[in-house]
Amino acid sequence: MAEHKIRVTVNGTAHEAEVESRLLLVHLIRDVLRFTGTHIGCDTTHCGACTVLLDGEPIKSCTVLAVQADGRQLMTVEGLEKDGQLHPIQEGFWEKHGLQCGYCTPGMMMTAYALLQQNGNPSEDEIRQAISGNLCRCTGYMNIVKSIRYAAEKLP
Amino acid sequence: MIPAAFDYHAPNTLAEAMALLARYGEAAKVLSGGQSLLPLLKLRLGYADHLVDIGRVPGLEYIKEEDGYLKIGGATREVALERSDLIRSKYPILLDTALVIADPLVRNRATVGGNLAHGDPGNDHPATMLALGAEVVATSPKGERTIPIEKFFTGLFTTALKPDEILTAIKVPIPASRSGGAYVKLERKVGDLATAATAAQVTLGKNGEVERAGIGLTNAGPTPIKATQAENYLQGKKPDDTAITEAARLAAQATAPTVDRRGSVEYKREMARVLTARALTQAVQWAGGH
Amino acid sequence: MVPQTIAEVGGMGHSIKRKEDPRLIRGKGTYVDDIQLPGMVYMDIVRSPFAHAKIKSINSENALKVPGVLAVITGETLAQYNLHWMPTLMSDTQMVLPTEKVMYQAQEVAAVIASDRYAAADGVEAVEVEYDPLPVVVDPFKALQPDAPVLRTDKEGKKDNHIFHWEAGDNEGTNRAIDEADVVVKQDIYLPRIHVASIETCGCIADFDRVMGKLTVYMTTQAPHAVRTVFALVAGHVGLSEEKIRIISPDIGGGFGGKVPVYPGYVIAVAASVVLGKPIKWIEDRIENLQADSFARDYHITAELAAKKDGTMTGLRIKTLADHGYTDAAANPSKFPAGMFSICTGSYDFKHAFAEVDGVYTNKPPGGIAYRCSFRVTEAVHAIERMTDVLAHELKMDAADLRLKNFIPADKFPYKSALGWEYDSGNYHGALEKAMQKIGYAGLRKEQAEKRKAGELMGIGISSFTEIVGAGPSKHFDILGLKMFDSCEIRIHPTGKAIARFGTKSQGQGHETTYAQIIAEELGIPAAHIEIEEGDTDTAPYGLGTYASRSTPTAGAAGAMAARKIREKAKKIAAHLLEVAEGDLEWEPGKFSVKGAPQKAKTIQEIVFAAYTNHPPGMEPGLEAVSYYDPPNLTFPFGSYICVVDLDRGTGEVKIRRFVAVDDCGNIINPMIVDGQIHGGLTMGMAPALLEEISYDENGNVQGGSFMDYLLPTAVETPQWETDKTVTPSPHHPFGAKGVGESATVGAPPAIANAIVDALAHLEVRHIDIPITPEKVWKILKEKGVAL
Repeated sequence: MAEHKIRVTVNGTAHEAEVESRLLLVHLIRDVLRFTGTHIGCDTTHCGACTVLLDGEPIKSCTVLAVQADGRQLMTVEGLEKDGQLHPIQEGFWEKHGLQCGYCTPGMMMTAYALLQQNGNPSEDEIRQAISGNLCRCTGYMNIVKSIRYAAEKLP
Repeated sequence: MIPAAFDYHAPNTLAEAMALLARYGEAAKVLSGGQSLLPLLKLRLGYADHLVDIGRVPGLEYIKEEDGYLKIGGATREVALERSDLIRSKYPILLDTALVIADPLVRNRATVGGNLAHGDPGNDHPATMLALGAEVVATSPKGERTIPIEKFFTGLFTTALKPDEILTAIKVPIPASRSGGAYVKLERKVGDLATAATAAQVTLGKNGEVERAGIGLTNAGPTPIKATQAENYLQGKKPDDTAITEAARLAAQATAPTVDRRGSVEYKREMARVLTARALTQAVQWAGGH
Repeated sequence: MVPQTIAEVGGMGHSIKRKEDPRLIRGKGTYVDDIQLPGMVYMDIVRSPFAHAKIKSINSENALKVPGVLAVITGETLAQYNLHWMPTLMSDTQMVLPTEKVMYQAQEVAAVIASDRYAAADGVEAVEVEYDPLPVVVDPFKALQPDAPVLRTDKEGKKDNHIFHWEAGDNEGTNRAIDEADVVVKQDIYLPRIHVASIETCGCIADFDRVMGKLTVYMTTQAPHAVRTVFALVAGHVGLSEEKIRIISPDIGGGFGGKVPVYPGYVIAVAASVVLGKPIKWIEDRIENLQADSFARDYHITAELAAKKDGTMTGLRIKTLADHGYTDAAANPSKFPAGMFSICTGSYDFKHAFAEVDGVYTNKPPGGIAYRCSFRVTEAVHAIERMTDVLAHELKMDAADLRLKNFIPADKFPYKSALGWEYDSGNYHGALEKAMQKIGYAGLRKEQAEKRKAGELMGIGISSFTEIVGAGPSKHFDILGLKMFDSCEIRIHPTGKAIARFGTKSQGQGHETTYAQIIAEELGIPAAHIEIEEGDTDTAPYGLGTYASRSTPTAGAAGAMAARKIREKAKKIAAHLLEVAEGDLEWEPGKFSVKGAPQKAKTIQEIVFAAYTNHPPGMEPGLEAVSYYDPPNLTFPFGSYICVVDLDRGTGEVKIRRFVAVDDCGNIINPMIVDGQIHGGLTMGMAPALLEEISYDENGNVQGGSFMDYLLPTAVETPQWETDKTVTPSPHHPFGAKGVGESATVGAPPAIANAIVDALAHLEVRHIDIPITPEKVWKILKEKGVAL
């Protein structure tokens, strides 16, 4: 089966890889490029633990092929912190106890990041709708909503 | 969960894409948003030797009004409907629909064309497009053809598309003034397919009578269902509670659901009735009838 | 409680930010699938499509031809080492890989080892297995009938499918109380199978070093030490010796009880690593996780509650059939086959009670683990809280009044329950009254009456639960003989900083933070300077792990006790430094000072430094302590929850309008974390009340075995929780705390169920089994003629 030579930019840095057609984007990110902050939780496009930004849009990377990302921009949780400064979303999750086991957290934060790019002042209901593709089993979502509100208020 | 091996092709033009489909025939599948196809391949419930990704084919993503139609490019993402001012202001039924498909992350990838071409009676756009009386544009090396939506769904997971055809556009006749529509879905939770759902699109005449009613039902049988009897019944009538109740009853009669974890046959049928009444009421409100 | 330490120290009562978060919010946590070892290969598992079938043959030939496939392991392979069966925690036996027959759908049949995940998956598809289907037993009641096929044919002389009978209480007295009662209500209540479905599935990397003879297993386990001992016991005969086994439990993506058992996959990976001499990674996918890992609940309960006309409860009798699947692999203390089910008298003052449980084999995966709950407490609480409402309905009494009338009064603690437990402390009236006030109970009842007149369906449900957590005292509590103590070892460094290791293992509870706060409270060393480690059996002291809300009651207590040992030694050093007698010193957080001369003082940092630089003659240098804490009793957290629901008469949908939770877990270490635990617990209480269920068709095919049908709530289905608290310290715990992680999971389901039933009570509805789906509600609406 065909191998494809692909080039993807992850958090601003270009990476090249030889991949099989069927390689899932999440496996490229985790197993090949070793950005292990992106997790896998369900395999059936339900949980959102694998959420990354593809050309700025949050998507479930278990349901995209690595070759489909060829030539595109990816952003993972590892790209949130800039110059040793936590992103306000990261601060919010820490301040407001928006995580417990931390497994869904990277995906949840990436969805939140994209939401705040679109809507700088989301209501509680808008936040709940926006994160409804990301499952959390620990927090009951209350503090996640607060964390995202914290970031919204902090962001310029 | 890992798909069986396949070859991936990323054509850069529609012509290339069609050539690939022509070459591989039944062994190929079109990859659009991939949000239904890839899970199927990962579960190994579906197989394909070749995937032809139309994601790099230009000119398949647009939402515009032209020549009396709302035209939606086949590879238009669901999220584009959510964000479109045109859709938000003039096509509430399409906004309703886009907002309840799967979840927001899936909608960033999933396409309107894919939602139709998958032929899944549980998908949401088929009912909407039935209610709107849309047409599907299929393109093959032989050219373009237009398929009326009511002829499009031929069976469970099958459509009128031929192996060498790509769903390149959906055309919705621009509704007359005093039109309105709604999509009402009962789902167990966000991300679920409908237990039952109804799309209703209504155009009112000068005296407030129903000039045209379109009703589509989701997950109510092996294919998406157009509730023709209910539509005909409403024609020319004042859409009051009595008329809506009767139309909803007729719509439920058109269903042939199967039992699954979402509910029994009886429940699904009754929900088709309840939701049809709710969708019609909202549609009439939008149309300015109440 | 007002914190005794300043914010910089961050002892008990401070909502300090979590110490584990800096790595987790950067994506720098280390979960098991994040680890890649040199030379590591992958394992994937062939699973049975049948619920009960003889295995005629397994043909690996085509699988071995798949590029990258290195080996196929079957039951026959393991049988060569006598590793094809293993013991369960309840002293039953469980297949690792079958040699004769499979007993449930999705059971492990063979394992494929390959160079990468993709090749392993291809290999699994290429293994050919021939089955001969056998009659399937799904219904536990039918399983007990004389003509039922005997499932455990591996057990010599076994003639039925009965596993155990357990009972507690006074049978005769209870019968008498029921016979003499003014009113007796009886109800069947079923709690279906559910699955914890932590977002991280289970998995491991087994790494056997042939040169050193040492096995290191990175695995998703809530109880690493117990696992090490189990491995040593199970595989001792093939040369695995306990000092050569190291279990490392890295960051865990949620546990909730599902990561307590030793699943066959772990054992196969270990065997494969020993055989192949390579590190083997095995990570379940979600469907395997839902279909094959141990389940919770599956209790068929029949309850009878007797009372006087005035509502005084006089007797409780509960009979239960427990579906354990094909083996009793319940994760219970060994002497408690039905866990702590005998907490079923709840918050009420019963003179007489009797409870019995019979365990049954069926063709399903092993059941009997917890779902964020201390050993069957949810089942017990659901039974008594539902029955209380059934009784209220029968007597036409208000559900709150009936509870207030029957609560164990605050002055009767410690209270000996009719089923033998000694409740440590409680103030049940206080919690319910607070909840009623917060939600505006009287006003809601008025609103409900008006809504009813208008044909709208609104319900108010109460749950006043008592939990039993923190197993447990060594007299009664052990797992395979291992007493259920827990442990802490503290080392204080010369510059006044510390590392502490515990026998437990956090899966999100925040131990790195709360344990540091406990030690900060006791020693005055800032929590920020106390490093907490868990989960590595080579370094941590022995403990039984984290589940059943036991970490704070046991390991947390050990942390305080170890710190107090350190403080005792510090006192001697302080006396030496200040040249006074020990008796002349008094402690305030962070320093010893001379009584009456507070300016003469030594800070803990000065004392610690002296322990390494200027220790008193005759004293050992250094400052370390270990504590193995054997709790004198369990702790009994409690609370009162009130839920308000509105029902859609068209669809049967239930909308939770409000939910007030008043919890009492004694003294609180970190209020922010406790609140987070309660939010999460409430959500995991709501989920099985409304959404989650695993069931089987008559052929034993699993229904609801993926996230398509196993419905975890999203942020949209989850309501806003309103939390509050009362504080009734545990009298026997070193710092007055009780467990809290599971209170809300236990307390929430009956509050929701009671609210829904209450919305329909005027239609003579008494009970609805959970999950209360829209269709269940709609069927009732239709039957009662009120469906739209």
